[in-house]
Amino acid sequence: MSETIQTSQPEVTTEDTKSVRWGSIISWTVVIGILAMLAWGLLNSSKTRPEAGEVAPEFNMQYFNGYEWEGLSASNLSNMQGKVVVLNFWASWCLECKLEADLLEASWRKYQNDDVVFVGITYADVEPNAIQYLLDYDVTYPNAPDLGTIISSDYEITGVPETFIIDKRGVISHVQIGAVSEQLLTTKIDQLLAQGE
Amino acid sequence: MSRIQFSTWDRKRMARSTVVLLVTLFLMALAIPTMAQEVIDDDQVNEIAKEVYCPVCESTPLDVCETLACADWRELIRTKLSEGQTKEEIFAYFANQYGDRVLASPPKKGFNLILWVGPIVAIAVGLFFFSRYLQVLKASNQQEAPTSTAGPVVEQTLPAADDYTARIEQELAKK
Repeated sequence: MSETIQTSQPEVTTEDTKSVRWGSIISWTVVIGILAMLAWGLLNSSKTRPEAGEVAPEFNMQYFNGYEWEGLSASNLSNMQGKVVVLNFWASWCLECKLEADLLEASWRKYQNDDVVFVGITYADVEPNAIQYLLDYDVTYPNAPDLGTIISSDYEITGVPETFIIDKRGVISHVQIGAVSEQLLTTKIDQLLAQGE
Repeated sequence: MSRIQFSTWDRKRMARSTVVLLVTLFLMALAIPTMAQEVIDDDQVNEIAKEVYCPVCESTPLDVCETLACADWRELIRTKLSEGQTKEEIFAYFANQYGDRVLASPPKKGFNLILWVGPIVAIAVGLFFFSRYLQVLKASNQQEAPTSTAGPVVEQTLPAADDYTARIEQELAKK
């Protein structure tokens, strides 16, 4: 004895198959795109400050009016290869920056004829205030605004002042969080100048 | 027609009047830019500041941020408003100087466009697939409850039901 039932065969048209196939392609593209964006976001958020021993991230600067370096109104880190670079992040609203302003200028004047470059980058500052600060402290070494906050993002600074001392090969030698001291600047610069390239 | 002749006194008076007029015009000309720079109150500044985020204190809008940096930024907004700049011009300035991330609503261009279009595309694709799923579900329901006109009919035996019946018959035969 056997039981019989009646069933109807599903009618699947070519149109249905095509639309489902295209739908799958689009949906997978969207899913992969969203995952890629998330991955990119995670990678960016997990970036850490470049530390001593790491290659210093490249940066481009357009100096403030009245400032230049070797006749250039704009330059980048690559231009400074072969020189010790003292990269200082500061802001006119930063009280601690004012404590080191005179020292940085004095050190620049001391070393400017050696293979040393001092570079100041303003962080989240208002241009008229930054220029007034430079005038107030009689800062003569090249200074530039951080347009688009790109340089401070690449160096992952967590505040100001922060100073990166970079050797002649473009490798970070020291990261100073907070104001620099005369002893630190002199010791580090002399040591890096003695190293050669 | 007789010619009008001015006395020395008249000439002096006219000269004085001309000087007074010129001085008045000069002072008015000086006053025009001052008049154009209208006084901007805090509400006008905060209307823009609430849509700007200073990188120093992330996730705190500029209008409520109490740091010195944010105070400077608010003053900059006030200056730009007094110069007659529009909200859009001020946002563009901030984006150029400090990056798009300082704006609550990033400009709809370049990579930022994905942020605006992405969710809409994702919702559209989701709706498409949901509608397809509903169609398939509806079709399968129709298959489970066939009508006499529901397409070609085939006869099918169910092996499981057949086994079950056979076992019952065997058990009955034993008795």
